[in-house]
Amino acid sequence: MRKSGRGFGLLLYALFYLALLYVPVLFLPLFSFNDSVFIAFPLHGFTTRWYAQMLADGAMLHALGNSLKVGAITATVSTVLGLLAAKALTRYRVPGGDALLGFTSLPLFIPDIVLGISLLILLNLAGIPMSLLTVVAGHCLICVPFAITVLMSRLDGFDKSLEEASLDLGETGWMTFWRVTFPLALPGIVSSLLLTFIVSFDEFLIAYFLAGSEATLPIYIWGQLRFPYKLPAVLALGALILLASAALVVIAEWVRNIGVKDGKRAVVGA
Amino acid sequence: MAEGVALGARLRRFYRRSEGARGLALLSPTMAIMVTALAAPLGLLALYSFWSQAGYGVDTTPTLAQYAIAVGRPTYRALFYRSLEISATVTLVTVLLAYPMAYFVAFRTGRSKFIWLILLTIPFWTSYLLRVFAWKLILGYNGVINSGLLSLGLIGQPLEFLLYNPFAVVVTLAHAWAPFAILPIYVSLEKIDRSLLEAAADLGDGPIRRFLRITLPLSLPGVIGAAVLIFVPTTGDYVTPALVGGSGGVMISNVIEEQFDKVANWPLGAALAIASMAAVGVATLLFVGAMRAAARSIR
Repeated sequence: MRKSGRGFGLLLYALFYLALLYVPVLFLPLFSFNDSVFIAFPLHGFTTRWYAQMLADGAMLHALGNSLKVGAITATVSTVLGLLAAKALTRYRVPGGDALLGFTSLPLFIPDIVLGISLLILLNLAGIPMSLLTVVAGHCLICVPFAITVLMSRLDGFDKSLEEASLDLGETGWMTFWRVTFPLALPGIVSSLLLTFIVSFDEFLIAYFLAGSEATLPIYIWGQLRFPYKLPAVLALGALILLASAALVVIAEWVRNIGVKDGKRAVVGA
Repeated sequence: MAEGVALGARLRRFYRRSEGARGLALLSPTMAIMVTALAAPLGLLALYSFWSQAGYGVDTTPTLAQYAIAVGRPTYRALFYRSLEISATVTLVTVLLAYPMAYFVAFRTGRSKFIWLILLTIPFWTSYLLRVFAWKLILGYNGVINSGLLSLGLIGQPLEFLLYNPFAVVVTLAHAWAPFAILPIYVSLEKIDRSLLEAAADLGDGPIRRFLRITLPLSLPGVIGAAVLIFVPTTGDYVTPALVGGSGGVMISNVIEEQFDKVANWPLGAALAIASMAAVGVATLLFVGAMRAAARSIR
């Protein structure tokens, strides 16, 4: 009796916590359908005009295109780099492997502003003009650690002897990679592509320093925040972005755990 | 010539046999990129902080002048303190609130654990900018809370203490960084050998003693990890103070950004960045040391 009572209290707390986590963000979709330029209660009836206004904005569409490009390239590059590193760190006894792994996860512990300004200084001294490519470089920096985490846990999860068997049976290292490692790691690769895409797509501050005259979607949104009459359209855009990111995260975590036993499923970071 | 060929063949043999060499070769592209995009820029940032601004260019004579300004000017010093204070508060609040949540997921969710974990990590991946922006809407003078309370007739005029102050920054950051606290704590709780708890129960320890003597000490590495993972990046947060902080909630990153933007004094900006990282580093080491000592005294 006492025990179940305690468990119930904890469940209540957990539900309350979850509500606190989600409710603030849900005001974005709520007010994006509100028929008033003021984001305030009481609600003024249902409208989709903010969505229409947002979709008709050429600058927004251009920024969206930029973000999709940057996200796709960043996801590909950081997943390839992550796969190489994860393979090396899980399959070979690399001298100083732990230290190297620690080094690659350093960007998670350094404020984005510091990463942004130091890359800005490097590019400036090297005479490289700011462009979407420099944004990709900055985004790869923060995405590689995630790619390595996702891919290492996937590679750790399957039996090394499968690769050894393939090599013993006369396949070359390259063919073993394509016919054994790659298919087994594929869910991890897809998951890594999706997650690094989201991180890049949503990243603001590093892009803000490195984009030059171009704008990614978060930079575009940042520019809109100064104009109160533009906020409802930003809400509409934000609601769609949040929905898309949440869907991609769920897909990524689900794909990553394909073929993993019920009790062993995990999400990135846990 | 023949020696060169023989050496090449020996190197190839060594490469094929040595696991370490093959591993390093596989790692090298990633490492090369990380060194170019992380180590080199940070090195240059440090170098820049010893230079000074001269008109549109920089004077590369080494000087400590920027640090003298960064540490000496009272406004900057106040910002350092405020940034550390805000981040420490955020860390404390976030970790305290996250602990029961992580405990619930680790011990009480059973088969639905995976779903809980996904629900708790979705916000972690979704746009930080939009999550912070949501709080600006909520806390604003004509925002969600004020207009909601006004239309319910609970208040006569909008509450002014909600937005544009350190309080708003703390609330927003605590919300935005919540997922970062749950996962490390959850991982350390999940690792605890359940038979230890059973043994303690068999030997007569009640639930509170079991928690204080087994669960809490064994989960401290996760708590420390969570605290560091929140404290270090939040001290350098730019978006939140810029959107909800107002003039009273400005943090050190906002003045660093100014040096690279409007003010265009990169050396001073670099010195401020390095000084703030050093301050955060020292504070973090002190905190981790204190926590370790506390953990030892519990046992």
